Parts: sequence; structure tokens; C-alpha cells
Amino acid sequence: MSEKKFMIQNFEDVAPEALLPRVKEMKAGGYRLGQACATKQLDGTIFVLYSFDLDHVLYNLKVVVPADMKLQSVTGEYWSAFIYENEMHDLFGIKFENLALDYDGRFFKVVTPTPWNPQN
Amino acid sequence: MAKRTIIPFGPQHPVLPEPIHLDLVLEDEKVVDVIPSIGYVHRGLEKLVEKKEYTEMVYVIERICGICSFGHGWGASASIEGAMGVEIPERAQFLRTIWHELSRVHSHLLWLGLLADAFGFESLFMHCWRVREHVLDLFEKTTGGRVIFSVCKVGGVRKDIDAATLKEIVDTLNGLKPEIQKLADVFIEDASVKNRTQGVGVVTKEEAIELGAVGPVARGSGVYQDIRLAGIGVYDQLGFEPCIEEAGDCYARTVVRIREVFQAIELIEKAVELIPEGPIDVKVNGNVDGEFILRLEQPRGEAFYYAKGAGSKFLERMRVRTPTNQNIPTLVKMLQGCDLADVPVLALTIDPCISCTER
Amino acid sequence: MSYVTKSPWVIHYDGSSCNGCDIEVLACLTPMYDVERFGIINTGNPKHADIFLVTGSVNEQNKTVVKQIYDQMPNPKVVVAIGICANNGGIFRECYNVMGGVDTVIPVDVYVPGCAARPEAIIDGVVKGLGVLAEKRAAMEAKATVEEITEKEEA
Repeated sequence: MSEKKFMIQNFEDVAPEALLPRVKEMKAGGYRLGQACATKQLDGTIFVLYSFDLDHVLYNLKVVVPADMKLQSVTGEYWSAFIYENEMHDLFGIKFENLALDYDGRFFKVVTPTPWNPQN
Repeated sequence: MAKRTIIPFGPQHPVLPEPIHLDLVLEDEKVVDVIPSIGYVHRGLEKLVEKKEYTEMVYVIERICGICSFGHGWGASASIEGAMGVEIPERAQFLRTIWHELSRVHSHLLWLGLLADAFGFESLFMHCWRVREHVLDLFEKTTGGRVIFSVCKVGGVRKDIDAATLKEIVDTLNGLKPEIQKLADVFIEDASVKNRTQGVGVVTKEEAIELGAVGPVARGSGVYQDIRLAGIGVYDQLGFEPCIEEAGDCYARTVVRIREVFQAIELIEKAVELIPEGPIDVKVNGNVDGEFILRLEQPRGEAFYYAKGAGSKFLERMRVRTPTNQNIPTLVKMLQGCDLADVPVLALTIDPCISCTER
Repeated sequence: MSYVTKSPWVIHYDGSSCNGCDIEVLACLTPMYDVERFGIINTGNPKHADIFLVTGSVNEQNKTVVKQIYDQMPNPKVVVAIGICANNGGIFRECYNVMGGVDTVIPVDVYVPGCAARPEAIIDGVVKGLGVLAEKRAAMEAKATVEEITEKEEA
């Protein structure tokens, strides 16, 4: 049973500065970007998870970002990441540098401030 | 350069069942760029993890979407089971697979109807939905609900299906096959339908991979990708092989979904043959600690479920990434260069589910 | 009551519903339930509509859209809130981006409970709405008659 592909849980901790080089390696390795999501942690930092898929096996990169730090956007490698990075910006207040398609807070049209954003 | 016009499309628009907003940048009749934005259906239900216990969260996650509700219930339960290290009985796995494929039949029929409506074939829409009602009757008989079921729980399923009802499901579906075939013939052979779908909105295999397309959109472009191959449920025992089409246009995506309807019926038939006797759930006690990420092949494509426990009855994070979300970049590329009149049909071929996307 | 009132046109708007009630509203229009046999037609234009079907709860983002549709509808008009989310927020009541039921923004005449509301219940709700519509219309006519008489007296 445990041999099934979906049971394989690959998680790798990555420093914020090392994220982009690591993502470039993933891209070179033929991985497909599956998703990216964020969570506010109790200590005020934000935890970001990028998931990649190769041949139906997942590989996940975990990054812990201080609330005021800018993260390097991965849209240069995976253009479709603009969806997730704009969403994370709008809901969690994470700032991204070099975002390929920057909505500047107008992607997720939410009038009420989200409780996920440490600044609210 | 021709003069550019920006047309706002949505949130309330007669062809849209759900509110999404697209800014279409036009040069005369040609769409040159599309800027999607969302947020009208956002509820923030992932935030409810702080207020609802993990057992209740399954029912909240199920209500992300009323069309793929069963899959969401399964994904939420299975990711929490994974984080807790619970293994569920074989019969529960079979029942989940049967219900999930039944969802696919109803979802694809619903989508075929909406597509027919989008290209102005009203009577075809009505017929697709007429056939779909029989599938909903099967859901009502086995789960009690027509669109929201609440049969998945952490540790298994809440209801069993007896042998007579299982046989009835197979008989009903086989009885529907000729009816579905009649509808499929119109989508596949009718010249006026082909006129609207063939060669429209082409996504090449390379583009589909580059943009990370999932589900029938990826498979319609010849990408060998289906999360049912990753071993969840009992698909490996059913001899599952994904349906792939090469053309990458609206027609190919339609054909993929039609083939999947028939395939789902076959999978259900096989699962009913093989289903073992036994318990349908295990008792689950204690707190959730640890994390688990899991994917399911929803009717619309690959969906992510990520559960992270906080060492209590409450989860720290429950993340759901739905297929429509991942297909928006593909939609943007698809719409660039199309005619304005084709926008509704193209927007529909990714089978958009906005309440899924915004949660 | 004249038989004309029995052919209402409806408009549907999805607040922040999960789609469950929306597809049930659509299911009402399709052959199994077929409300068109009662003369009910689904329209996309608020100015054609007599009955406003709202599914899902309202939030800060869509409340102006809901209000705008309501304001554009001609009088007399009836609002039917479909599903528990449109009634009071339902399971999503505690979500941060949910204000509650539709009645926080516009007056609601008929509440149809259920998660998701069944097509039979939706049809019942619309039929109940017909009664409200007739009452409102009678009230409007009575008011118009009174005004006419007053105008005559004043003249």
C-alpha cells in the first residue's frame, strides 16, 4: 500500500534566498508547477509551499518568510505562477519581486482586509 | 496599430453561471489580451480551520463546490487521514471511487449541456440535463443528497451501498449509455457544432505543459497526465488508462470529456464487480499532527489538498487548490487571438468553476 | 388574481454560493422539473424580471451588484433567497468575507432553506413568491386608486 505514488511525501526546507535557484533547478529537471500557497504562522512569519510534479510524484519546497521580506517571484521560470503569487500578495500580504504579471493587489478583489495578512 | 478597446466581461453576464471578471482587450473583433480577476465568490473558508474541528472541516471543504462536492469531501478526508496515518478499509476505498466516478458522469453531462448552451444549441442543453437527472437520482438513493452528499468522513464513509443498489447503479448507467451516445453523436458529428469547436482555441502540447494545464484541457492537448494514475482510490485495480486526444482545440476537449463519461461508467461497473465485503470505516481518535499533501483527479482536473495539523483538534492549515485555478493561465493564452464571439465557448471549455477557485 | 401574474420572469444571481443551489436552479428549468410549463422564464436582464432568485451569501464585494440588480427591477418585485447561505450565511456564516444572508442588503420575501435547496423546494418558493407578487400588485393598485381619488378631490 505504501508504495503508491501519492503516499510519497517529499518536503524540502529552503531558505528564502535559495528559492529561485532551487526553482530553476526544478524547471531544468522537467518539473511542472502544481501549486503554491501560504499560511500565516503563530510567530508572525509566513510559510510558503511550492509544489512540483514530475510523473505524478510530488516534490514540495517549504519557505519561511518574515512578514516584511520580499520574495523573488518564480514567474520568470513558471509564468503560470502569477495566479498564486498575486493571490498570496492579495490575501497574505507577501511582496514579490520581478512578478511577471503584477496586479498590485487587484487580482483577488476582496474589500474586507483578510485576517491572514499580518499587517491587518 | 488598430485602436484598442477594453470590454469588461462579467461578473453578471447572461452566459456566465458564476461571477468571474475578465477584461478583454480588443483590436476590432480580435481579442489581443485578457486580464482575469476574481474575488466575487471568495468566502475565506480555509480560514474556518480555526473555528471548526477537523472532522467538521470535511463538510466545509465539501461545500467549496456543489458540482465536484464529492471529490472535495474525499480530498479533505484523505489528506487528514494521511496526516494522522489512518488507513481506511478497502470497501470504503471502493465506495469512494464509485461515487467519485459517478460525480464525473454527472459533472461532464452538466458541462456538455452548458457548452451546448454557450454555442446556442438550447435543446441539446436540455437533453444533456435530462439524462443527468438519472445520475442525480442514483446519488439521492445512495447518499441522500442530490448535489451535496456529506458521505465522506475522516476514517471512511458514512453510508454503505448494498449489493442490490450497486447492481441498480450499473443497470441504470448501462441503460443510459445509448442515450448518452445519441448526445455524443451530436457533439462529435454535427457539422454546425464542429464548426464552433474545431480548430478554435488551440493549445499545443508544449504550451499545455508550459502553462501547467490540468485535467481534460491537458489531455485534450495530448499530455499524458491524470492523477488517477498516482494510486489514490482503487484505480490501479480497475485497469485505468487516461483518455488522450491530440488536437488541443475545443473539439478535442469535448471528445476527452465524452470518452471519460463512458470510461467512468466502465470503471464503476468494474468496481462493483470487485468490491469486497467488510467494514466501511475505522474509528479515528486523537489530534492531527503532521502534514500531508494529496491530489485527486476531479472532473475538471487535478486538485490539491494540503492538511497541516497543529497538534490539536484543529488544523493549522487546510489548503485546497482547484483545477480551474491552475487552468486560468491556459485560458488567458487560449483567448489571445480569438474572436470576441468565441469568448463564451472558450471560457467554458476549461470547465470553469469559480467558487472552487476562490473558496 | 388574473392569470397573467402566473407567468413571472425570473433573474438569477449567484452571490457567493457553492454552485450547489445554482445548478439546482438551472435543474428547475430543464426537462425533469421544467418550470417553463408554468410560464416561468429565466432572463438575464433585470428590467425584464419579476422575481429575483439569489443563491449564496453576500459579501462586501458583491453587495453592490445584488443591490443594483434589485434596483433595476420594475415594481412590483419579489426576492426569493435560495439555500441556507442566502437565508443567513449557513455553514459559511463565520467566514471573514461573508456578511450573512441576502436580507442584509435587500428585502427578502421568501426564504427557501436547504443545503442545497431541492428543485421542488425552489419551485414551491417561486410559487409562494407569486402570492406575494399578487399582494404587492394589489397594494400598488389600491394606492394608485387612492391617489387618483385624492387628485380628483383636490382638483
